[in-house]
Amino acid sequence: MAATPPAAAIPHEAAAPPTAGWVLHAEIAVVGAGPAGIAAASRAAEAGRDVVVLDAAPRPGGQIWRHRRREELPARARAWLERFDRSGARLIAGAQVVDAWTAADAWAAAGSRGAAPEGFRLVAEVDGERLEVAADRVILATGARELFLPFPGWTLPNVFGVGGAQALVKAGASFAGKRVVVAGSGPLLLAVGATLASQGARVAVVAEQASRAALARFGAALLLRSPGRIAQAARLRSALGGARYAVGCWVTRADGDDAVREVTLTDGRRSWTEPCDVLCTGYGLVPNTELAEMLGCGVDGGRVRVDEWQRTSVAGVYCAGEPTGIAGVDAALAEGEIAGAHAVATSGAAGTPGTAGAADDRRRLFRIRRREHGVARALERAFTLRAELRDLPRGDTILCRCEDVTRGMVDPAWSFRQAKLYTRIGMGPCQARVCGPACEFLFGWRGQTTRVPTAPAEVRTLAGESGGAGAEG
Amino acid sequence: MDTTHTEVEIEVDGRAFRVPADATVAAVLLDLGVGAFRRSVTGEPRLPLCGMGTCQECRVTIDGVAHRRACMTPVRAGMKVSTDG
Repeated sequence: MAATPPAAAIPHEAAAPPTAGWVLHAEIAVVGAGPAGIAAASRAAEAGRDVVVLDAAPRPGGQIWRHRRREELPARARAWLERFDRSGARLIAGAQVVDAWTAADAWAAAGSRGAAPEGFRLVAEVDGERLEVAADRVILATGARELFLPFPGWTLPNVFGVGGAQALVKAGASFAGKRVVVAGSGPLLLAVGATLASQGARVAVVAEQASRAALARFGAALLLRSPGRIAQAARLRSALGGARYAVGCWVTRADGDDAVREVTLTDGRRSWTEPCDVLCTGYGLVPNTELAEMLGCGVDGGRVRVDEWQRTSVAGVYCAGEPTGIAGVDAALAEGEIAGAHAVATSGAAGTPGTAGAADDRRRLFRIRRREHGVARALERAFTLRAELRDLPRGDTILCRCEDVTRGMVDPAWSFRQAKLYTRIGMGPCQARVCGPACEFLFGWRGQTTRVPTAPAEVRTLAGESGGAGAEG
Repeated sequence: MDTTHTEVEIEVDGRAFRVPADATVAAVLLDLGVGAFRRSVTGEPRLPLCGMGTCQECRVTIDGVAHRRACMTPVRAGMKVSTDG
């Protein structure tokens, strides 16, 4: 393979929008410092590559290893974070990536002639300032977000995501003494219920919408594939304290004046109310594919398409972890390592060839990835969302929390695009990250498009006017 | 550095509070019992939903800059936060 020209060779004119700010060069840019990004960056940096990692959070770890102090984390997380520290990869924390493009596309768009340049540009906002990164290879490890489904009262204060509550606790919030209902779907419900109970919250009920039969089939599948997880689930159950694990039950509405006071639950035949101070609700995870889409990577069924080396459909762009399909931390670590090692083998100056790793190492990683995706498929089947959840939003129930668009307002529309034109649904600052997946579940609407910036950003970040004195305010 | 018991002083809606130095603005505001981080376009009070930077519900004004995500921002000594609570 021909040596890739250094990133500095990307002609400035090709980079649209033009920048007056500074550009950071790296051989490999990694977006996301969760397990996949940490593993990818560590592997690449250990092999001598110049690696820059951009992450929006103040500290590395992603959602699963979010922490304030490292002592809080399990041993494996600490070990990976220490390995990441030692690897020489440069982490830029608090960097929200808002734009990305390939140098070749920008070159073509500018009508330039001759050989197109290689490499990529990423634009991030760090503390209100623009940071541009030029890199030969990009590894996307952008993780996942929660799936939220609307029901009457879900916008009330003290209705949090399930992972959302977990994240807030890890960031220092306390739910001690609060009466909490956890409802939705997926293995995260038990884990978060246990976290909150251990913190002193009174967890009244954990309601799982999946049926008992589906969960029993999943349990059988787990026994075959990953028996250790049965014990893990049992430990979580006992950690819930007095809370009831209500299988085949879901929340139909939340009520309260200035905040949630009670929720109504049902098993499909019988309904009852539970008083509570806090409702945690979430229905599983949604891959974050926006940045991959922006770079032109192929996405199938909401997942970034990758080959056995975690290469996307765009040469030089890799993707690892949840964006390629929700499969958890072990898959993310393995995929990150595979991507990092392969990016090493295909980048860098001539004369310093890298290695895609020893054969036994490769086999180990491939085996973990295969096993974890198998468990994930069983999980997906077990926690399939029931059709009744589609009937929960009423005419006056808000679907889009950014623009306060109700179900009644979008009712005449037959596509997300059309609903958008009529109602501004999905056009607020979250860019349909919440209502888009909800509408896909409710109405089967697909095709929410990604646009620049992928997250709200200062105009000067986008225009490339950073570095000026007194720019703040 | 052990930051277990370190606190910093910040100002929330004009009142001073001592808060854990290693928490985010969102965590601190929740513990202070702030009733609304922001008001929606139709005036509903909103609190954080996702806690991880996606939903934009936790936007507050920090040191004069509007629309900062409280869940992604660590507290800093002397920080001035204003909410719609």
